[in-house]
Amino acid sequence: MSKKLFVLISALLVAAFVLSACTPKVEEPTSDQVEVFSWWTGGGEAAGLDAMIKIFQAKYPDVEFVNAAVAGGAGTNARAVLATRLQAGNPPDSWQGHAGQELIGTYVAAGQIEALNFLYEEEGWLDVMPETLIPLISKDGNIYSVPVNIHRANVMWYNPTILAENNIAVPTTMDEWFAALDALKAAGVETPLALGEQWTAMHLFETVLLGTLGPDAYNGLWDGTTAWDSAEVTKAIDNYIKLLSYTNSDATSLSWQDASQLVINGDAAFNVMGDWAEGYFRELGKAPKTDYGWAPVPGTVGSFQFLSDSFVLAVGAPHRDAAIAWLRVAGSKEGQDAFNPVKGSIPARNDADRSLYGEYLLSAMDDWKANVITGSLTHGVVANDAWKSEIDTALGLFLSSKDGAAFQTALVAACMASGPCK
Amino acid sequence: MRRKFDKDRLIGFLLVLPSIVAVAIFIYGFIGWSAKVSLSQWKGLMPNYTWAKPLLSNYLELFKDPRFQVDVRNTALFTVLFVAGALLLGLFLAILLDQYLKGESIFRTVFLFPMAISYIVTGVVWRWLMNPAQGTRMSGFNLLFDKLGLDFLVNNWYTTPGWGIAFIAIPAIWQMSGYVMALYLSGLRSIPQELREAARVDGANEWQIYRHIILPLVQPITFSAMIILGHISLKVFDLIIAVAGKQLQLDVPAVYMWQTTFDGGFYSRGAAISILLLISVAVLVIPYLRYSLKTEESL
Repeated sequence: MSKKLFVLISALLVAAFVLSACTPKVEEPTSDQVEVFSWWTGGGEAAGLDAMIKIFQAKYPDVEFVNAAVAGGAGTNARAVLATRLQAGNPPDSWQGHAGQELIGTYVAAGQIEALNFLYEEEGWLDVMPETLIPLISKDGNIYSVPVNIHRANVMWYNPTILAENNIAVPTTMDEWFAALDALKAAGVETPLALGEQWTAMHLFETVLLGTLGPDAYNGLWDGTTAWDSAEVTKAIDNYIKLLSYTNSDATSLSWQDASQLVINGDAAFNVMGDWAEGYFRELGKAPKTDYGWAPVPGTVGSFQFLSDSFVLAVGAPHRDAAIAWLRVAGSKEGQDAFNPVKGSIPARNDADRSLYGEYLLSAMDDWKANVITGSLTHGVVANDAWKSEIDTALGLFLSSKDGAAFQTALVAACMASGPCK
Repeated sequence: MRRKFDKDRLIGFLLVLPSIVAVAIFIYGFIGWSAKVSLSQWKGLMPNYTWAKPLLSNYLELFKDPRFQVDVRNTALFTVLFVAGALLLGLFLAILLDQYLKGESIFRTVFLFPMAISYIVTGVVWRWLMNPAQGTRMSGFNLLFDKLGLDFLVNNWYTTPGWGIAFIAIPAIWQMSGYVMALYLSGLRSIPQELREAARVDGANEWQIYRHIILPLVQPITFSAMIILGHISLKVFDLIIAVAGKQLQLDVPAVYMWQTTFDGGFYSRGAAISILLLISVAVLVIPYLRYSLKTEESL
């Protein structure tokens, strides 16, 4: 290569780098803007968010809505981005988070979000949301987020054909469930209970805890009034070990979709998964009651183990008034009825328009009104991030060793280190 | 003459200055910062640089942590299998290609291609191939073995209790053996033909030629390849995530670091893991750098 050519190419490269650094400057936020951060970038979630944004824009036509959604990893990427922004003192006005300790343990502990009691009082939300929900999304009497949707974690999906063929009634207690699983195994069903990757094993574990301890003792686990080294927890772990013996051997290689699909394909009789599975079944063109049935996880009848996506108000929000306006829409009947039918979840409010929802969601709405509300561990309601990740580690070690006593010791240690236990 | 020399030096220094500054900040500065975080009490969203008490407590806790023990065992097993496997297969392919056969360049390209793929892609494809499902849902290699009547080969692959990590070495070997082959091939080609001929005249058979002449001569290449593969293997992250996701049976330090830092908010513990990773890689790489600097000087 001649020297001239070399110099020319170098100069061009330098110019290219310099030019690429001069990308258009991000517009300075103005006062008539609201930036809302979420990880809703696809499917029913993004469509639901768009529906809510439309309502917001109709109500507040002069406020520009900035949708700062970050894709990927079921929120893992978004939360890392959010953490960086908060550490740099550059918060979005409002962001999405799982209602409960995931928000409280992370953002309230760091003084990043405002209490919203005033909004609940002004909007009368305390009258339309279940009384037992409020303590689960509060800390020291302060409510920190506006739940937009409610999903149920303790749902057992089953294959009606397999149960009918084997003359098995839908089990409602742990003992009935074990009897049903034994009967199915004896009848040659390859996988009586479908299970997926590690987080679905945690999801199963939390429902077994609830089903064995009952709602009051279960809620007590998370505020420190039920001891983790109690005999009840030992019993729950024993039940869990027994349940795992009915599961598929390739569980760790399956996503939750794969595992739920085993039930509708007739490869498995039962699967425990949150009610987003119903949206997935519908997507596959399956019909409720004929292709799949549902019931509360045995032992949890009368409890509604919930999880919820909610929005918060940032401390030092650049556009506080617009952010509050957004939260008003997010908590309104109109906003929730726009979001939830599309997302496949139920509103946190009790006064939704029932004509908009399908058969399963209507049954969930009835239970949401009538049942005792408990929170989900896997989906961020009852334990802060640190505690949850310690439980996840303990569970992972247990899944390879199947050593129940060591598991319980690790659970006690996790509560001491990152939970309320002393 | 002397003035010109100084001017050249100055210009040269100015030209590399931006890289020196960038490296100083973005590599050594951040290593220092990570080391500081690893000695702090930072847990949760907001930085907390208070020194841990005792200072090394994050490290001491890691050594007692049953999960970290799983990680160390998994990494050791993976490293041994991956490095040995890739070296043997790479050498084997190189010897085959060294026979001056027809279409050599096609084979060379074919064997080298997997290296052009990222570990994420390799991982996703091998996740399908190594599908552990059995019975009616069988697929991938298991289905192939079943159809061929090789039922005894049907297995649980990376979900095998306790030994799953060994199967992750298979895609890693598949990906890197072509690279090792290229290294060895260049080494084999640089061995003068006369040496082999002399050995043949002395009555050595092919095996003896490889054992006593070729292998000792390509030893520096074996050494370099071991270092390169070894440090890749200690840092393995993307391949594990793509094949296995977040499950503790196949946990390695890099996955633990990511999960504990960003899912759990244990920043100080995550930093401690990253410093331990750095040290383990340094133990491997620094002697190698000293060795190669020495040999360069002696040239």
